[in-house]
Amino acid sequence: MVKHGRTSDSRSCPLMAAPMSEITSEVVEAHGLSPEEYDRVLHALGREPNLVELGIFSVMWSEHCSYKSSRLHLKKLPTEAPWVICGPGENAGVIDIGDGQAAIFKMESHNHPSYIEPYQGAATGVGGILRDVFTMGARPVANANALRFGRPDHPKMKHLVQGVVAGIGGYGNCVGVPTVCGETNFHPAYDGNILVNAMTVGVADTDKIFYSAATGIGNPIVYVGSKTGRDGIHGATMASADFAEDSEEKRPTVQVGDPFTEKLLIEACLELMATDAIVAIQDMGAAGLTSSSVEMATNGETGIRLDMNKVPCREEGMTPYEMMLSESQERMLMVLKPGKEAMAEEIFRKWELDFAVIGEVTDTRHMVLEFDGEVVCDIPLGPLAADAPEYDRPYMSMEDYIAWAGISPMQNRPDTDDVGGDLLKLLASPNLSSRKWISEQYDSQVGADTLQTGGDAGVVRVHGTKKALAITTDCTPRYVHANPYEGGKQAVAEAFRNLCAVGARPLAITNCLNFANPQRPEIMAQFVHALDGMGNACRVLDFPIVSGNVSLYNESKATGGGSAILPTPAIGGVGLIDDYDTMMTMPFKNEGDAIYLVGSEAWATPDPERSHLGKSLWLSEIHGRDEGRAPPVDLTLEKNAGETIRELIEAGLVSAVHDVSDGGLAVALAEMAIASGLGAEVSANEDYTAAAWWFGEDQGRYVITVPDTDAFNAQLAKGTRDEDTALVGFRRLGTVTGDSLFGKSVEELRAAHQSFFKDWMEA
Amino acid sequence: MKVRIHVSLKPGVLDPQGRAVHHALEGLGFSGVEDVRIGRLIELDVADSTTDEALDDMCRKLLANMVIENYRIEKLETA
Amino acid sequence: MKAAVITFPGSNCDRDMAVAIEQISGKAPLRVWHGDAALPDGLGFIALPGGFSYGDYLRSGAMAANSPIMKSVVEAAGKGVPVLGVCNGFQVLTESGLLPGALMRNAGQTFICRTVALRVENSQSLFTSRYEKGQVIHIPVAHHDGNYFADEATLDRLEGDGRVAFRYAEACNGSRRDIAGILNAGGNVLGMMPHPERAIESDHGGSDGRALFESVFENLSVA
Repeated sequence: MVKHGRTSDSRSCPLMAAPMSEITSEVVEAHGLSPEEYDRVLHALGREPNLVELGIFSVMWSEHCSYKSSRLHLKKLPTEAPWVICGPGENAGVIDIGDGQAAIFKMESHNHPSYIEPYQGAATGVGGILRDVFTMGARPVANANALRFGRPDHPKMKHLVQGVVAGIGGYGNCVGVPTVCGETNFHPAYDGNILVNAMTVGVADTDKIFYSAATGIGNPIVYVGSKTGRDGIHGATMASADFAEDSEEKRPTVQVGDPFTEKLLIEACLELMATDAIVAIQDMGAAGLTSSSVEMATNGETGIRLDMNKVPCREEGMTPYEMMLSESQERMLMVLKPGKEAMAEEIFRKWELDFAVIGEVTDTRHMVLEFDGEVVCDIPLGPLAADAPEYDRPYMSMEDYIAWAGISPMQNRPDTDDVGGDLLKLLASPNLSSRKWISEQYDSQVGADTLQTGGDAGVVRVHGTKKALAITTDCTPRYVHANPYEGGKQAVAEAFRNLCAVGARPLAITNCLNFANPQRPEIMAQFVHALDGMGNACRVLDFPIVSGNVSLYNESKATGGGSAILPTPAIGGVGLIDDYDTMMTMPFKNEGDAIYLVGSEAWATPDPERSHLGKSLWLSEIHGRDEGRAPPVDLTLEKNAGETIRELIEAGLVSAVHDVSDGGLAVALAEMAIASGLGAEVSANEDYTAAAWWFGEDQGRYVITVPDTDAFNAQLAKGTRDEDTALVGFRRLGTVTGDSLFGKSVEELRAAHQSFFKDWMEA
Repeated sequence: MKVRIHVSLKPGVLDPQGRAVHHALEGLGFSGVEDVRIGRLIELDVADSTTDEALDDMCRKLLANMVIENYRIEKLETA
Repeated sequence: MKAAVITFPGSNCDRDMAVAIEQISGKAPLRVWHGDAALPDGLGFIALPGGFSYGDYLRSGAMAANSPIMKSVVEAAGKGVPVLGVCNGFQVLTESGLLPGALMRNAGQTFICRTVALRVENSQSLFTSRYEKGQVIHIPVAHHDGNYFADEATLDRLEGDGRVAFRYAEACNGSRRDIAGILNAGGNVLGMMPHPERAIESDHGGSDGRALFESVFENLSVA
């Protein structure tokens, strides 16, 4: 560490004296800054940065913190509705759920760390998203996740799946937050780059929501939680090793999660939040102390001064550079009201957590760090955050993209004469198999408020009320790849559908936008057009985006897989059930119930061009063909079909509801049968081929069962409200009866459904 | 004084973890592995005046579960 | 009758246990912190909840068993105060010596969360009098270390004395003789891996756990 001489103006002079040799072009490159970005640093400071400052710029201007490739397009997403209390920009989104209560939620990626060390990578991903939510004053009530793995026969994949699932469970189970839903896909495009997206939903009182704006000049800045170690100082490790005096050992690059400490941190923070001591609070996320302190001061339009000697450290001899870049877990930064330090400290000591006043809020609009009595960093906040670089990366038009991706209408559509046989194969395939092996490793019941798992959405009660929150995660990456615009719409629409299916009113979504290298115009096209589709769907469905996360550069050639992942804009949807006694579930209920398909009325008029076997799982699993176009999404139909379903549920006219998605109608019926043990007799539609009717993946559809057809018909006879609701059609499919479906016993279907994970894991 | 406490499962107590690792080793092609038992190593840095009785006590009270585990105390000569 | 739920750092079913006790007894239990030196006076029932006390670090329940409050719990149990330990609470009870045996990693290595069938083996105890002997009930489990171990002599003694309260009626975690819950010699301490407090209302998907609490409170109010 270069020591600077003390001068009367400690704010700038010692820094000016930094030797020019410290920052070479190699050091700049090792910090991931382009030459242009480094020029921008020079301009912002009016001088050369020292290594601490360079490290801070590199973190704040990373894609992860600055959203420099995505910001321009994220701005176009709809983020408002009367029930939105806080949209993107804070730790998590906040929506009003009535009675003075709010739901707070967000989804975040932890892709790369999970590939390197699946257990810890996934575990710390869960820990991070939990902190984002309880930071805002919410008690976390549910976890969800969206996972994408490569092909199961990839040599690393079993180990990755086992590690990720154990890590998610290991963390969530220990902190005592139930994991109530999730989705898992397998595709070779994720062979070298799996995706681990974790979501947390919490509940808070609307008058006890905490934000990150550091205000009140002179207010103390407090560090709580675990000590800071040298975890996760990766990209820049080489540079720091050259630079640090004690570079004797290699730095760990994988953060290790400590769910026990997180549990204590939740309890301690919520206890302190019940008092009036906190001005602002922020979790130390991926970029640790750097991003938390910069964001707090930026949001407060103030400045920040930290004394690095006071930062609780786990290891001896840590430098300010290491402290600022450390990704140690389970840490938070708070601004307290003056005079509240002792009371706050007592709470954190009781929970056996570190507590240290490490600085104060200033009016300088600068971030100033002191160490051993020297100023070791002095950066104006503007360039770090609000004025960070922003790129308008070139992207292909939809037309050019479709041509580039080689997407064209299906030629030569195969049919089937063995629906039952095809169904068994589909149920046993990785992407449609039962997820029980995964879900049973998560404690889905802790809190004793879980009402539903394993259906279209997870449902948890709002403790002590009749209200319940429905949660779902959705995305169909193969559709997004085939048509980013329709695929973006579809991800949002499916989340909407899953919430309606359990009787919830869809309120808002969070997203986790996983894409490959945005510097490639075709990847940027996926991103821009998918966002366009998502935005449109959100607008039509009144389903705003209140929080999210972008993960770019998800590609790898290392393991023989595809180099870029499929575009995967994962959606986490949240809906509200006012009275959970009306909650709907998926299993068949009673022998004799009538089964209907709810979908587009247009289907009543035959059209061979309709039905989407293109990009269907039937086509790929049975015929090994990955062809055709993604199914289009009619958003007006989606909205009205969803509303119709909710009305039927509310009126008590249906006994089971299930959305139709991957695998089409046959798979939806099979899932309802397997979940109940009851079979069904169903008839085909002569106007369509058996394959198209049973396995097509057309959107906007639900299967419902009706116990009292007279009452149901009486309701339908009342007619439609307007031409939009008239888009929704009903078709009788058959009856719940017996113990078989398509000539296969329900037991046989269940065995097939559970075979994939069982066989794979026991192999 | 540095002390190492080796905690291991008593003979006869099934060790599912050890069995899984054994299976994995065989899967990797290592033949001739007769058995795998997984234990725990705890390193203590204690005052030089700490008695053997005190160390024993630590093991019996907390560090090992005498129902299923054995322990062995190894004192390292400090430089 | 005063009931208490003990909270250790890392307990996470303490609220659920308190809710269940309140719903069934009509009275909210006292909440006791692990660091408290003594239990409140005049307790009639003590519950050790599930969770991950001390992160399950070292061994599940090991550090909680050595926390200050457990001295008082052992003392109270010795005087005949009913003590229920569920999941991590069961692990604490074996680690503290109130119950014999130990709970090891599940035979399948993974955490298991699902509703399992249990057979009631003893319907004469303070905790199980509302059940029928041989009755099969459904209660959720959620644990990583639920594989009950004791030597053959201990197992024989438990069986002989009617101290096996519940047995798994389906494969679960590799427990010796499928033991899911056991009583102490005095019959006033019950440890079990399944979570009765997660099965007390139909919204939980089943209410077979209710009778356990009803047994306790009925027997206590009569006593």
